[in-house]
Amino acid sequence: MTDIIGYWVLPLTVVLIVGFGLFKKVKVFDCFMQGAKKGLLTVYDLLPTITGLVVAVTMLKESGAMEMIAKAFSPLASLLGVPEETVPMALLSPISGGGSLSLFESVLKSDGPDSFLGRVASVLMGSTDTTLYAVTVYYSAIGIKNTRHTLYAGLAADFASFVLSPFFVTLTLGR
Amino acid sequence: MMNYVWPVMILFAFFASVVTGNMSALSKAVIQGGQDAVSLLLRLVSMLCLWGGIMEIAEKAGVTAAFSKLLSPVMRLIFPKLRKNEYALEAISMNITANILGLGNAATPLGLEAMRRLQLVNEDTNRASDEMVVFVVMNTAAMHIIPTTVATLRGQYGSQSPMAIMPASILTSACALFVAVFFAKLGNRLGKRKK
Repeated sequence: MTDIIGYWVLPLTVVLIVGFGLFKKVKVFDCFMQGAKKGLLTVYDLLPTITGLVVAVTMLKESGAMEMIAKAFSPLASLLGVPEETVPMALLSPISGGGSLSLFESVLKSDGPDSFLGRVASVLMGSTDTTLYAVTVYYSAIGIKNTRHTLYAGLAADFASFVLSPFFVTLTLGR
Repeated sequence: MMNYVWPVMILFAFFASVVTGNMSALSKAVIQGGQDAVSLLLRLVSMLCLWGGIMEIAEKAGVTAAFSKLLSPVMRLIFPKLRKNEYALEAISMNITANILGLGNAATPLGLEAMRRLQLVNEDTNRASDEMVVFVVMNTAAMHIIPTTVATLRGQYGSQSPMAIMPASILTSACALFVAVFFAKLGNRLGKRKK
């Protein structure tokens, strides 16, 4: 079921849009090239931002800093009734999608996907996105420096996912 | 923002490496990070070009306008000031549709296009507008209905029911999305009072 949806959505979207374009007598390939060129210009604007961001994130990941912060946060986690093992994942997911994904896989490997921890980690993984990356890329593409409260609001949502994922797993699947 | 976040990340990484005696890993990370950035950019090039092109067709064919109409009751609630700005609303609607369908690769290019259109009506082009804050915050929360990546991985690690987490996942995402929009709007309101 998952596989079917996963495999169909992408090609179907492309085919439907191109098909509809043909139906409406749009010069589809000319249009496509115009749009693709715009995309290329965007990448040019994003190049410096992404280089800076990825270098800093990789340094943070490899330095052992996240483990230090995770240790400091684990009392808070047990206070909130959240499994301690999800803390490193929750901390890493706002800055690095790949990093939190590999932590997620290690939880699946050690505890199994159908354990309580495995389920909480799954929900957490599925309900958060790379906040810092999104905020930086979206704003730097149009050259905005003052992002106001965007990052705080985004992190508040990540924190909500962290606290709520064990709650909703318990509610829908039991402990 | 990045003028503070970026140096803090780098200084903290250095500090942690000193404490843990892990300087060789950090040294590797600097080089690795540069390389990772390039591979990420290459992925972005293909993504932005492909979906930029598809989006252009969708726009000419009137597909985007249709989606915009479909989502307009919700959009009017979240972006009341954009009621008259069909141009921006269309891009925002396409981005949200792509997010809901789980087309992450398409969502980013569409989102950047929406930002560009919001920038056209921004009073101060150096400062994020209220609508931008809400829109970006929505994109930092996961909006997809079907957690494809997670379910696939669960299946690979031998789960009996990879999709069992879907109800909990949707509930958590929805709450997080609500929190995100709530704080964005709260900040918008507080910002106005200061002026």
